[in-house]
Amino acid sequence: MPRDQGIGASSARREDVRFLTGNGRYTDDFNVHGQKYVHFLRSDVAHGRIRSVNTLAAAAMPGVIAVFTGEDLEGIGGLPCGWLVTDRHGEPMNEPGHPVLAVGKVRHVGDPIAAVVADSVAEASDAAEAIEVDIEELPAVINMAAALEGGSLVHDEIGTNLCYDWGFVEDSREAVDAAIAEAEHVTSLELVNNRLVANAMEPRVALGDYNASNDESTLYTTSQNPHVIRLLMGAFVLQIPEHKLRVVAPDVGGGFGSKIFHYAEEAFCTLASRRLRVPVKWTASRSEAFVTDAHGRDHVTKIDLALSKDGKFKAIRTSTLANLGAYLSTFSTSVPTWLHGTLMAGNYTTPLVYVNVRAVFTNTVPVDAYRGAGRPEATFQLERVIDKAARELGIDPVEIRRRNFVQPDQFPYATPVALEYDTGNYPATMDKLVEIADLDGFAARAEESASRGRLRGLGVNCYIEACGIAPSNLVGQLGARAGLYESATVRVNATGSVTVMTGCHSHGQSHETTFPQVVSDMLGIDEGQINVLHGDTANAPMGMGTYGSRSIAVGGSAIVRATEKIVAKAKRIAAHLMEASADDIEFADGVFSVAGTDKSVAWGDVCLTAYVPHNYPLDKLEPGLEETAFYDPANFTFPAGAYACEVEVDTDTGAVEICSFAAADDFGNVINPMIVDGQVHGGIAQGVGQALREHAIYDSNGQLLTGSYMDYAMPRADDLPSLVVDHSCQTPCTHNPLGVKGCGEAGAIGSPPTVVNAVIDALQRGGYDVDHIDMPLSPSRVWEAING
Amino acid sequence: MYSFEFERPTTIDDAVAALSRSGAQVIAGGQTLIPTLKNRLASPDVLVSLGAISELRGISVSSGSVVVGAATTHAEVAHSAAEAFPALSGLANNIGDPAVRNRGTVGGSIANNDPSACYPAAALATGATIITNSRRIAADDFFLGIFETALDEDELITSVEFPIPAAANYQKFEQPASRFALVGAFVSRFDTCVRVAITGAADSGVFRWSEAEKALTASFSPDSLAGLSVEADDMISDVHGSQAYRTNLVAVMTRRAVAAC
Repeated sequence: MPRDQGIGASSARREDVRFLTGNGRYTDDFNVHGQKYVHFLRSDVAHGRIRSVNTLAAAAMPGVIAVFTGEDLEGIGGLPCGWLVTDRHGEPMNEPGHPVLAVGKVRHVGDPIAAVVADSVAEASDAAEAIEVDIEELPAVINMAAALEGGSLVHDEIGTNLCYDWGFVEDSREAVDAAIAEAEHVTSLELVNNRLVANAMEPRVALGDYNASNDESTLYTTSQNPHVIRLLMGAFVLQIPEHKLRVVAPDVGGGFGSKIFHYAEEAFCTLASRRLRVPVKWTASRSEAFVTDAHGRDHVTKIDLALSKDGKFKAIRTSTLANLGAYLSTFSTSVPTWLHGTLMAGNYTTPLVYVNVRAVFTNTVPVDAYRGAGRPEATFQLERVIDKAARELGIDPVEIRRRNFVQPDQFPYATPVALEYDTGNYPATMDKLVEIADLDGFAARAEESASRGRLRGLGVNCYIEACGIAPSNLVGQLGARAGLYESATVRVNATGSVTVMTGCHSHGQSHETTFPQVVSDMLGIDEGQINVLHGDTANAPMGMGTYGSRSIAVGGSAIVRATEKIVAKAKRIAAHLMEASADDIEFADGVFSVAGTDKSVAWGDVCLTAYVPHNYPLDKLEPGLEETAFYDPANFTFPAGAYACEVEVDTDTGAVEICSFAAADDFGNVINPMIVDGQVHGGIAQGVGQALREHAIYDSNGQLLTGSYMDYAMPRADDLPSLVVDHSCQTPCTHNPLGVKGCGEAGAIGSPPTVVNAVIDALQRGGYDVDHIDMPLSPSRVWEAING
Repeated sequence: MYSFEFERPTTIDDAVAALSRSGAQVIAGGQTLIPTLKNRLASPDVLVSLGAISELRGISVSSGSVVVGAATTHAEVAHSAAEAFPALSGLANNIGDPAVRNRGTVGGSIANNDPSACYPAAALATGATIITNSRRIAADDFFLGIFETALDEDELITSVEFPIPAAANYQKFEQPASRFALVGAFVSRFDTCVRVAITGAADSGVFRWSEAEKALTASFSPDSLAGLSVEADDMISDVHGSQAYRTNLVAVMTRRAVAAC
């Protein structure tokens, strides 16, 4: 029986009431009395030396309060990078500066040169047009391979366009080379993981509000992690201590990673507000979002898979060029390394793996984490090369994966790329996929498609994900300049209702619905009695925010720990009320009772007693009922799954239609099945978007050719069939209290190779000699592959 | 957006008078112009709206033709031409999304002559007449190149007269991002001739594929198109498709349109 409350119930999304009735309060809905507006003058060339910026005429324009250039921000720190990568030779990465406003050079189209603060947006825009900028255009560095071969330098001071040359595990390099040299069969593939624009529905916003009466600044911003922004901006850029800086990220309209990072506009608005003593607001246009929000992916990889003739994986070697763009975005350096290399074992027992990544500066928008962040890049190359190997060896793609799965009795399983998978059951997940995707019925469906002149193909693949990156002491050794715990405060109010404050941030993840389900179960009170506060450094303890599918596994665990403390204290209060020992108190369904007696007190009585402590052990116990916990996980969690997709290809036009898509995921325990379904649906839609539609294309001059929705193709509802998703295969995480894993990115990780595998399958069944097409598999690319 | 004056005349004469003002620009549904203004890519001094001129709206159907007022929206065409001219109705019903179809107008689309727009193909393939405040212009003489037409400075389209073919079909292969026509083929079979117009494909904008017309006039069958091809050098090449790809799509879409007639 499905439950109607608590863990496992498909509780309706309580956020929807305000979102669907137009009552959401997004960042741009925040306005402060007397606020002024910023317009950033941005570079329209990809690379150039700034000879001069003359703001005199602009400053005299109507409504203009002030005009700033990079020189006006002297003494202000640059935007920091949050992860120090050490290269193959033990040397730290090259870490060039990232000024808030360009100094000396512009390095990508969209780089901010100057900022105008004016009474209105229109006046700020008008004045920006009056700024005279003299830029000596330099050759743009766009192609990664060319960037490493010399020529123009994005950052002159580091003398190279290479950020780092990373090897993992470096000690395995020779053994991997030897295994590949000696292998019975080697399958190689060169592929591109296409560059993407996140395209969150709400463009970024920053509103700085300085309060001179107490010298405090508030920043309202579209962020997935307000505490992280407070720390980075306060400590590294503006030197404002935390107690003088509040960061508020209210309802945020989607992030997909792109709102993790600390952006220049946040620092500028906060600083300008302090200097000008007026609130200062910036709202990105969609066009601005295309050239300022961090982009995603953009890897070029060669992968070699060594196998025995019967399809057992012996070794994997990869060599990747990873585009970092013009500057180091906050977590950009970790994505192609620790979030990518560590996933190269996949769901398989491959004994030897070596990953080489050269990260490159180019005159493009900075690249950073985007839904999946490194893991889709790993999964894509691995599952594509496995598929190719299966075809070369004449082994069924499902079978070759089964032959190499880590088996259920092998957990915990230590991979050759540093991870220890705590649990999983990959054969069971594949069995579930075979069932829900009706793989046995494919042949009949292919025949039916053929009768309509269409080629049908079937793509299958697996993925493993590492969510809730942790523990902090380990990631610290790996170069992270942050902890990766999460916080929670559970405040029980006097009448028994509960307010949960979390350091996680919901920008589509439904935390306001799911977190109360957990607390409701633990306290035995109605979900409706519990609400969640997030997105404001003034109310939640220091937390690390939401990304990497971490919220339930890390933030949910913190809530559990805090709630356990509540229960422990409440039992002591109940024990006092019933004149019993706390050890004898049982708590179930919101009632405290003394074991073996009929004595009981209700939840509400205990709560009221805590705040009206007339009959209370004041000598032993503080009044009140509020607890905070910080949870630092012992390990990642490892969701895994098996996906299948069927496509039809129109060979006349190259058009690909997705006929069916099935996802069998193991997320461990599931708090709210409906919301998990939605997360998987969204992830698959994004993955299909990457596979078939989306592509950020730069020309050789560094102009973004797909800089609007006229040319950047987003997936739409009619691009997708009704999705079949299942998460009944559940191997609970062994090291967090809820046994949960994380589901936010799975769909985006698992789906791109599934779609590509299906298209290649269709073409090969149709007799075409095509073994790979780079994403996106647009109609023209598919047609060119067929006719090429 | 830059500031501008806004005029909303109620008669064609008043609109023409307003358009003679310095820096005046006509706005119909605004589906191209408004985004252009918002991006500060145009700075008219005066915007003259056609939205309040009732004589520019509406559709009249006679036995041989459909006459569509210039300010009639795509949604209205989709609805009102459904019986008399289903191919035109279908074309209108597949432009953009509902918001676009309820704002965008026939006259706006034809006057703008976007190289990927649908209506120019219908006008050219039916041999439509573009009727303005001062004259009647044959479609063959109207479309002069991308975003270029035979309209004079302050000339205003008042209606478009589409002859109804014996059979017609429009096949649009959508550009994946914008869903404009990457290539659109409108085929009209009249009693004495066949007309084929292609949009989206060529550097010079919408054009008649005369070779295909000749072959189809001789024998109206998809097979008549075998071996026929437009000149690849005339095609557009961009991130959505090469010249070779568009050349192929012209043939495929035309064939499909003939088959669907």
